[in-house]
Amino acid sequence: MPENCLYIARSSAIAARALAGEMMVMNSADSTFFTLNEVATAIFQAADGRTPLREIVRHRICDQFDVDPEQAQTDAEQFVTELSSHGILLVSTQPFASEAP
Amino acid sequence: MIAAVPKTSCVEIGGIPIALSTSDDRFLDLLRQRYEGFLSASPPEFELQFDLADMGPVSDDDVRVRRDGDDWLLSRGDFSARWNARTGRGSVRQNTNPYSLDSVLRILHSLILAERGGFLLHAASAVCERHAYLFSGVSGAGKTTMTRLAPPDITLLTDEISYLRPSAHGYAAFGTPFAGELAQSGENCSAPIAALFFLEQGPENRIDELPPADAVRRLMRNILFFAEDRGLVEKLLATACDFVMRVPIRRLTFYPDSRVWDTVRNFDCNYEPDSTRNFQEATEHA
Repeated sequence: MPENCLYIARSSAIAARALAGEMMVMNSADSTFFTLNEVATAIFQAADGRTPLREIVRHRICDQFDVDPEQAQTDAEQFVTELSSHGILLVSTQPFASEAP
Repeated sequence: MIAAVPKTSCVEIGGIPIALSTSDDRFLDLLRQRYEGFLSASPPEFELQFDLADMGPVSDDDVRVRRDGDDWLLSRGDFSARWNARTGRGSVRQNTNPYSLDSVLRILHSLILAERGGFLLHAASAVCERHAYLFSGVSGAGKTTMTRLAPPDITLLTDEISYLRPSAHGYAAFGTPFAGELAQSGENCSAPIAALFFLEQGPENRIDELPPADAVRRLMRNILFFAEDRGLVEKLLATACDFVMRVPIRRLTFYPDSRVWDTVRNFDCNYEPDSTRNFQEATEHA
């Protein structure tokens, strides 16, 4: 899958809450619970279903955190894959029809 | 054939009176004995009608709670129930096993509490000098041990399921009849919560801070909640964050002898309910 074609959206089945600088995410379907660090939170919050992941990494990660762009892209894809396997994020090669909730 | 007239007992746990009706006299006796310290003359807020039937054996594995419009459908091998959140009325089919009755009531209370900013927590709780202390942790961490080690002036609220509701100055813990290994009902009383301790056993007694996110994670892991419903999960997560901001949550490493209660009492001496807590405001994610 070409990495520049990935779009990500937050699942409608999750509840999320920010506390003390960390994002807590819970899947209402199976009650799995995740705590996201600052970088992961930035990706999660930018997951609007319409912005390509590569653009999110460039503008929300590389511009704001001191990271190597290629490494950031690799880490972001790994993060997205993991969260999608738990039903937290939806991933597609096409923009999603409507904005994420 | 003349149908038996249902008889009713009102059971009030956590300040929420629920009328339990059945046509079976023996079952009525059973529930009156089981909830003896929690029977109430208050006007019931909610009602459950029990219809006794041959059901499967008691099991903790396959409980399902899902919404069907205004109705909540509760099912497990040993019971099935439908309860309407709008009218507050519902019906239950179950066998005469008191554990099935306990389970139905716990689930119903968890649904009611979730809407009211409270929750049931897998934790022992007790009142010491007018303040409630909660002891939670994985199975075997020491919840029942803490209650067994409690000195005589401690009032047991529960050794298994703590009942928590928001109050004017934080949160309050209520006694419950839901007993664990101790097989002893809690006292029907309540007190403002001074602290929640997550238990770990070790060579000495000590209390350590927990980062807020860690506290929320541990809290969510131990909250009794069964509903597959996003709206209620959102409320529960918001409640957990609020609880973490308003109630001191610590890790209590303890050596299992009575001196651990001295550690708990000393924590009480140092606790200032009105002190400013260094937590960032919880914000809802859009």
